[in-house]
Amino acid sequence: MEYAYYPGCSLEATGRPYDVSLRLVFQRLGIGLKEIEDWNCCGATSYISMNKLTAYSLTARNLAYAERMGLDVCAPCSSCFTILSKVNRHMRWGEEHKAQINEVLAAANLSYSAGLEVLHPLGILVDFYGIERIQERVICRLDGLKVAPYYGCQIVRPQGRFDDREDPQQLDNLFNALGAEVVPFPVKVRCCGGMLMTSYEEVALKLNRDILSAAQFAGADVIITTCPLCQINLEAYQERINKVHGTEFRIPVVYFTQLLGLALGLSPEELKLDEMVVPLPSVDRRQSEVHA
Amino acid sequence: MTNPAPAALRSKEAELRAAFWDQVATFPNGFKIRDCIQCGTCTGSCPVAHAMDITPREIVALFRAGFLEDILRSRSIWICASCYACTVRCPQGIRVTDSVYALKRLASAKGIFPRSFPAHALSEAFVGNIHSFGRNWELWFGLKYYLSTNPVGLLSPNIQKFALRMLKRKRLGLKPARIHGMKEVRAIIKKAQSMGGL
Repeated sequence: MEYAYYPGCSLEATGRPYDVSLRLVFQRLGIGLKEIEDWNCCGATSYISMNKLTAYSLTARNLAYAERMGLDVCAPCSSCFTILSKVNRHMRWGEEHKAQINEVLAAANLSYSAGLEVLHPLGILVDFYGIERIQERVICRLDGLKVAPYYGCQIVRPQGRFDDREDPQQLDNLFNALGAEVVPFPVKVRCCGGMLMTSYEEVALKLNRDILSAAQFAGADVIITTCPLCQINLEAYQERINKVHGTEFRIPVVYFTQLLGLALGLSPEELKLDEMVVPLPSVDRRQSEVHA
Repeated sequence: MTNPAPAALRSKEAELRAAFWDQVATFPNGFKIRDCIQCGTCTGSCPVAHAMDITPREIVALFRAGFLEDILRSRSIWICASCYACTVRCPQGIRVTDSVYALKRLASAKGIFPRSFPAHALSEAFVGNIHSFGRNWELWFGLKYYLSTNPVGLLSPNIQKFALRMLKRKRLGLKPARIHGMKEVRAIIKKAQSMGGL
């Protein structure tokens, strides 16, 4: 198994722990990841709000490079995943749409046939690699850890390529298999507000408060996420939420690849768990017992 | 057509309306917006409807009544966070989120924005970053956005605390990640723009 890796801009900075832990987990499982050479930003939700043809053509540049590698694409950021998938689908929608994008790409001596698949690492791990094979590699089970699985919005919608748009099970099944106790989490696909945290903070703070409340109510020790924007909204703004809403949340929010990495025997430092804003105490302790 | 345009439209409204239908043609099932039954599932599913001045259902109703300019002037289209809850639940299969993107593009192209609410500035700062570096340098994006909308906000302790916290954890890039293929990026932008369309 090998994929063309599209990290996306967030994973180079605020989402660095996601990038590092994803690469390590894939390496440990023997799944190849080759970074797409000189990739550019997908434009996220912003560029298609300004100009669609430019936005799609810039995104297609990345797919054109991936096609030269002959590998399907792995995109961990929910927004990148959605935009790359959208462009793929648009180009498959009709020959005239494919031709139009290729006419633009030709200005940079590039072309794309729309033949690749765009995949999210969670889908690769659960649907293609398989939970049973992951279980065989587990070194440190997550027994007793109460996990709230937060999928966010853009990987489960709108393409419908995950198992369910309202109540997906991939994270639930994976972490149950790792020994964790996956708590009931009815807000698992609620939106975190994305970039509203910058443009309209008051709305985003409320959305994130509701998600954190649900995790607290369920007794979760940790929320796991699949998206850099959800992670930063839920974690780095927790103190601000507490101040504005008078709450006292102190809930660790980590990438699902970080927690999976712990189960696979990687250390908290390797997985950049020490770079998180809210530390993950119970797992740190469990790890030190194993390493002692 | 199930919802013909109101008989006496001002010429500006008629022009905006034609531009909107052009945009609707750029995604699959775009024209299903004509089949809206005003059930309100979109509004009920929207996590940010409470903060909108016009709800998603009302957007369709106002469009039918010939108030597209008012829709473009509303904060609603810029509050949409693209979570697609409305799209996957609409019983008529209307691509609500994609239609909102179409409205955002129309508003950007025509320069019609909500008064005293600079939500479109975020998209502009983001796009500007891609034009300069090929990638979104988060630090510069944040700085540019605040400078254009709320320069005093940069002095707020919340923002500074946030930046420091990320910096301490090496989660804020201090250098722009400029890509090598900027020439390609510029060629793509130039070509796409020369082909017209929003």
